[in-house]
Amino acid sequence: MSAAATQAPPAVPAVQTIPITVDFSGGLEMLFSNRRHHSLDVPAADDEGKKSNIGFLVRHLCSTALKDPRTDLFVLDHHIRPGILVLINDADWELEGEEAYELQPGDNILFVSTLHGG
Amino acid sequence: MHQDSERNGAADGDANGKDGHSRRLTDEEFERYSRQMIVPGMGKEGQLRLINSRILIIGAGGLGCPAAQYIAGAGVGTIGLVDGDVVDKSNLHRQVGHATSRLGMKKVDSLIEHLRGLNPLPTYVPHAFHLDAQNAADIVARYDVVVDCTDNPATRYLISDVCVLLRKPLVSAASVQKSGQLIVLNCPPTPQGVVDGTPRAAPCYRCCFKKPPPPGSMVSCGEAGIMGPVVGMMGVAQAGEAIKIIASALHIPPDPSSSVSPETNLGQPALLIYSYDLASGVGPYTFRALMMAGRRRTCFACGEGSTLTLEGIRAGSPNYEQFCGLATSINQTRLPPEDRITASAYAAAAARGELPPHILLDTREREHFSFGSVDGAVNVPFGKLLVAAAAIKRDGAPADTILPTTKPSLPDDAPVFVVCRRGLDSQEVVEKLRELGVDNGGKRKIMDIIGGMKAWRDEVDPTFPFI
Repeated sequence: MSAAATQAPPAVPAVQTIPITVDFSGGLEMLFSNRRHHSLDVPAADDEGKKSNIGFLVRHLCSTALKDPRTDLFVLDHHIRPGILVLINDADWELEGEEAYELQPGDNILFVSTLHGG
Repeated sequence: MHQDSERNGAADGDANGKDGHSRRLTDEEFERYSRQMIVPGMGKEGQLRLINSRILIIGAGGLGCPAAQYIAGAGVGTIGLVDGDVVDKSNLHRQVGHATSRLGMKKVDSLIEHLRGLNPLPTYVPHAFHLDAQNAADIVARYDVVVDCTDNPATRYLISDVCVLLRKPLVSAASVQKSGQLIVLNCPPTPQGVVDGTPRAAPCYRCCFKKPPPPGSMVSCGEAGIMGPVVGMMGVAQAGEAIKIIASALHIPPDPSSSVSPETNLGQPALLIYSYDLASGVGPYTFRALMMAGRRRTCFACGEGSTLTLEGIRAGSPNYEQFCGLATSINQTRLPPEDRITASAYAAAAARGELPPHILLDTREREHFSFGSVDGAVNVPFGKLLVAAAAIKRDGAPADTILPTTKPSLPDDAPVFVVCRRGLDSQEVVEKLRELGVDNGGKRKIMDIIGGMKAWRDEVDPTFPFI
């Protein structure tokens, strides 16, 4: 048994957050201060006390990080607009439950706008 | 005489001894393809598969040129090229299969001339027109693998649908500005409607990209620009995937009686994305391989109960233009005539000294502005202006702080003229400025210059460096 395993668990902070990274690609970074990579601490629960999921993350990004008023290039009718892929730890979000996927510490969420030029 | 049988071991040891698949290589082929044939996994068998195959490359532009070069160099027997455009000087920085001496020539003819110089052995088939719903199936049917090098979503969905119905593997890539994407679809091809199985059936373009983005959110290479090496990298990667599919016969469904090697299992499709950054080195986010889901049970084209047919496509169903929002193209005119002035009228009034002191706002991107602008124009890019407008609305700052400061400062009824690249953004800016109250309740005129700097080039100054 290591010493660390016997120590008391760390005190629970008043407002719990989850550290994640969020990436934008395919031109979406333009809407987010021209930064492709963002390290964020997002609330661990939404307003109703439910565990934060991707749907919550999208609303959270819109209210905190989306500085450009052209929000319809990111969300339409409160959902990610058509033509944007969402990847959870490099896997299509469809494999993970889409908007209902609950965020885990260290997750990487990637939003990619699909391209058509050639 | 060379002893061919010794040099390339023709007669013995070939399991699939039919037609050209077991013939000996000619001296020319042996020498030309020697360096790729000695790569482990390739061999004479792989080379003969390439020689006996037919690849269709749709689009002879930034993706199609590099893709075609490597596919031709590798010795694919028949190479079809589809494109209705002609070579333009602005293509050449990235479309490296064309040449300055071939400006104005049909792209397919220009590229074939280049490819013949590289390798005269393949049969090159020009299709000097754009692919459409009427001709797509007839052309695709003549080939084994399709490489999508096109530049618009309507054609991409059409190509994928036809490939599903004709059971052709599809190597799809796209690139704009500083980003690229690549995915192998429909490989190995599985009959329409079959979803289950081991491995799970491969997805089509619609499985991965269910709906096209709204038309307003899409940018073309002509508008947003494109770095040559970025689109080139994706085109080269397409050639690599197409060559791999043929040489290793990955498009032929594995024989269920033999043990399937995990090495040839394409069951888990991956989307490769390339993000290029002009301001930083190769970093952790430059190349990423993303795991995509398999065939979608409810897919419109390949899923269970799909009603898509080749006859339907030929007859105009589905309507690809409508699906991609092109039928209802963006409204070109949103302002009433009294809020607009032609480029020539502005220029004439300015030359006669009839214009009062005013602000000329140029909302193009900084890079476009840097090549030239109308005398006295001030550059505030469209995106920046919208961000500033939103901030003013939120914080309640005075409306006219959105306007650039001028020296000497102008009266608060000095008119504002707005000009952009082609005349769309400028109209939105005029509306936005009004909405903020920059017009001082009508005291200040805010006007759009019709048709943007393109109109300026066309009507006022033909030497203006418009991009």
